[in-house]
Amino acid sequence: MQLYRSHVLVCGGTGCTSSNSEKIISEFEAQLANNNLQNEVKIVKTGCFGLCAQGPIVVVYPEGAMYTMVKVEDIKEITEEHLLKGRIVKRLLHNETHDDGSAKSLDGVEFFKRQMRVALRNCGVINPENIDEYIAYDGYKAFGKVLTELKPAEVIDILKKSGLRGRGGGGFPTGLKWEFAAKQPEGKKYVCCNADEGDPGAFMDRSVLEGDPHSLIEAMAIAGYAIGSDQGYIYVRAEYPIAVKRLQIAIDQAKEYGLLGKNIFGTDFSFDLEIRLGAGAFVCGEETALMTSIEGHRGEPRPRPPFPAVKGLWEKPTILNNVETYANIPMIILKGADWFAGIGTEKSKGTKVFAVGGKINNTGLVEIPMGTTLREVVYDIGGGIPGGKKFKAAQTGGPSGGCIPASHLDTPIDYDSLIQLGSMMGSGGLIVMDEDNCMVDIAKFFLEFTVDESCGKCPPCRIGTKRMLEILERITNGKGEEGDIEKLETLAKNIKASALCGLGQTAPNPVLSTLRYFKDEYMAHVVDKKCPAGVCKSMMKYVINAETCKSCGICAKQCPVGAISGEKKVPYVINQDKCIKCGVCMEKCPFKAIFKNV
Amino acid sequence: MKSLAELEEIRKKTLDQMSLRKGNDGMRVIVGMATCGIAAGARPVMSAFVEEINKRNLTDVTVTMTGCIGVCRLEPVVEIIDKDGNKVTYVKMTPEKAARIVAEHIVNGRVCVDYTIGEAEK
Repeated sequence: MQLYRSHVLVCGGTGCTSSNSEKIISEFEAQLANNNLQNEVKIVKTGCFGLCAQGPIVVVYPEGAMYTMVKVEDIKEITEEHLLKGRIVKRLLHNETHDDGSAKSLDGVEFFKRQMRVALRNCGVINPENIDEYIAYDGYKAFGKVLTELKPAEVIDILKKSGLRGRGGGGFPTGLKWEFAAKQPEGKKYVCCNADEGDPGAFMDRSVLEGDPHSLIEAMAIAGYAIGSDQGYIYVRAEYPIAVKRLQIAIDQAKEYGLLGKNIFGTDFSFDLEIRLGAGAFVCGEETALMTSIEGHRGEPRPRPPFPAVKGLWEKPTILNNVETYANIPMIILKGADWFAGIGTEKSKGTKVFAVGGKINNTGLVEIPMGTTLREVVYDIGGGIPGGKKFKAAQTGGPSGGCIPASHLDTPIDYDSLIQLGSMMGSGGLIVMDEDNCMVDIAKFFLEFTVDESCGKCPPCRIGTKRMLEILERITNGKGEEGDIEKLETLAKNIKASALCGLGQTAPNPVLSTLRYFKDEYMAHVVDKKCPAGVCKSMMKYVINAETCKSCGICAKQCPVGAISGEKKVPYVINQDKCIKCGVCMEKCPFKAIFKNV
Repeated sequence: MKSLAELEEIRKKTLDQMSLRKGNDGMRVIVGMATCGIAAGARPVMSAFVEEINKRNLTDVTVTMTGCIGVCRLEPVVEIIDKDGNKVTYVKMTPEKAARIVAEHIVNGRVCVDYTIGEAEK
């Protein structure tokens, strides 16, 4: 095979693909051909690098030069300057890599330096559509070791010793789960993967599926060997088209190489894997609903026990793990339980991937050792909050989780510390909020989501969350009544205690946790009819400061409903009856004479 | 996949092709590719290096380009930096010289003294 002098890695994750990385690749191919470089330079489409805010990302090796926010028009310059003449195009480098005028490689970037990549080890490094590249980085070596050197019980032992816990939400010890299923009488058993990532703002699993699909296949095959199963299913949402496509390519390649199928590595172990597409219902991320959906029924949860390890898919013993959990397993087998247990905190081992979003500079994916503080994630890796605004809270665990206020910025993040704070790890969404966010509004947003996504099977979730939402809508509309907060608390407790599945049991969490830390904001809404952050529209108005208004008339021209009037030398006035509170006037005023009155 | 040996074979073969994404820990060949270098024929020189390195399956050698070093009259200029950072500068390069440098300097560690800048300036 051909040896190239330079590799150009172009991110093919969903984020960068939506900002044109496919076209960038074809433009590179055209430019390379133009300059007769196609036999010297290789274009590699990789998975997500994690720094999605700066996409599309292109990394050129051997220099390791990292270009960010690359446009199709820039490709000609990169090809002619860098690839042809060897002059790095500094203009397009990630700004941090040439602060001092010299061009550094991406290893020197603060965003990557502080991370520890285990689950994401191959994302942005290999071509996910090429099984050979996965194998080159020790892929399927763990699987080979397991099949030829270890007994199933020994595999489970390694996992138990490693302390790996489920990365999908609950944090149940993975080794224990496998042991339950392994101890069931021999017969048909199933290995399932939950890739139905549905939390708003979370995309850790998508990134693994897109950037390193073989790690999932390898881990599921290992699981099959450990519990005595020969069939696996990956349940992935149809809204992830790139992930589905790459996963299918990966499965086909693994079958072609005989890494899936019959008598793998010459042993008597056989394992097959199939994809099942979900239609996007949030509840199908709940394990029993997910299995019901695979069986071909409407995705509704069923009561536990019996747990899936005893009676799961088609009433057979089944293990179900999340994508990120699986992605850790080959590394644990190769490097040993002690290595993994050496990372993280006492009860939370290893690393965790977070999808960081909201009011933060470096929106993207980060993988950090458990026990890293929230402050490090937000300020050191995340690059802080745009516009120098003040940190107010971070929401973890999506609609099942809660918020962590600024007073707990220095808490080490792990499963137990988050539970103590009234939030949870969840699958790893981390939404940062600043002083401009209204916490009652945030709670309402998440509750709207769960009300929409409730499957309707049990009344506490179907009716209870709807009632909670009505109360929140009343409060944010300035019509909150005395006793509303108490009603919310009672309803929340009852729903938590009586809902059928995880979705309902955790749905009140965002309300409970905002009530715990930001009760004063709720009080301000209910008692004073004020929204301190100026978000809830019915409780704020835009006002023109008569002293600083220069009567230029720009605001009146911009107002979409004609609510502003005035004339030369007389300050303009907003007609509050007509105003729809869109905020355009404040944005456009050149003299900053318009402000929010809360 | 019938055996671990088969897997290992694929691993080694592919890793060789990917080694250049791991950073520069081996030898580096740096070809001056500014206007002066290109005009003096740096491109065929570089192609010759890539071809020779390819032929011999040398995986810890990277070929990169750089701008004008400043001695345009001696172009094409090629610098070879070894693992310990020792630098040798070759001047007035040709594809034929490149083949010899790969064989003697890169593979066997013997600098081709007669092609170096010190020799040319005598």
